[in-house]
Amino acid sequence: MSRQANRGTESKKMYWYLPFPLPSASLRLMSSELFTLTYGALVTQLCKDYENDEDVNKQLDKMGYNIGVRLIEDFLARSNVGRCHDFRETADVIAKVAFKMYLGITPSITNWSPAGDEFSLILENNPLVDFVELPDNHSSLIYSNLLCGVLRGALEMVQMAVDVKFVQDTLKGDGVTEIRMRFIKRIEDNLPAGEE
Amino acid sequence: MTVHNLYLFDRDGVCLHYSEWHRKKQAGIPKEEEYKLMYGMLFSIRSFVSKMSPVDMKDGFLAFQTSRYKLHYYETPTGVKVVMNTDLGVGPIRDVLHHIYSGLYVELVVKNPLCPLGQTVQSELFRSRLDAYVRSLPFFSARAG
Repeated sequence: MSRQANRGTESKKMYWYLPFPLPSASLRLMSSELFTLTYGALVTQLCKDYENDEDVNKQLDKMGYNIGVRLIEDFLARSNVGRCHDFRETADVIAKVAFKMYLGITPSITNWSPAGDEFSLILENNPLVDFVELPDNHSSLIYSNLLCGVLRGALEMVQMAVDVKFVQDTLKGDGVTEIRMRFIKRIEDNLPAGEE
Repeated sequence: MTVHNLYLFDRDGVCLHYSEWHRKKQAGIPKEEEYKLMYGMLFSIRSFVSKMSPVDMKDGFLAFQTSRYKLHYYETPTGVKVVMNTDLGVGPIRDVLHHIYSGLYVELVVKNPLCPLGQTVQSELFRSRLDAYVRSLPFFSARAG
């Protein structure tokens, strides 16, 4: 890992180009530890680069977003899932297909709001935090915030604006990790300007 | 049977890629203009078809044909659109268009982090693989026109 870390300081940019793990099909053999450690190295570097935790959270979300907008294409190409008819179907696909495909876990879906526009994903174990313990001086760091960005970016590409945030985190002493997703609106596609 | 040409659009109507094989007659307008007209037509036909559908629509608009050629259309939930014009002898080619999306565009462009999205694809590898794939199709014939 020390070599990884050294390379990281020479060119921080490299981190943007690390492949997101795809434990499906051809790449099933990638070590999940390498992935977990790589993600750890990335968060660590961000913590060095930014003064406060809020900025790190923001960067993680942004990076996740950039991954998400590309990952959704890979997801669609691979899974053959069509357009979802409602948010409940979307929730199912995210938990049972997407999480399974990319992280090897299947979160449970709970706490639906009465209007059906909000739900929680409960992660029994989060592979990103396998070796992690939050130090006291990073109490407001949302370590896995990348996931929120990925979900937001991916859903935006299929015309869904959503709000995604962590409401419980095992790193902060909660019993489970809970991601809350709220449907905001459908993004209508518009005809590009200058065309009739 | 033959393949005339192929357009690849993204969700914002940017023409990501265009290539042609047996296209004897050009539209007589600048290519940029042609892409815009093509996208505008697809956009309209798509919304019209879904408005007029008497039952719940699934995949929507798939193809149309004239007396001389057939336009095949494939769209992903993310709004990537693959359009291929062939002659009339070609049947449904959804799987072919899906492969162009999943096997070529996603593999060689989307997964390449250095390839920016939302603009014309510069990847030489993508171009050559696409060309080779289309040429290898059973209904691609060099002598027909």
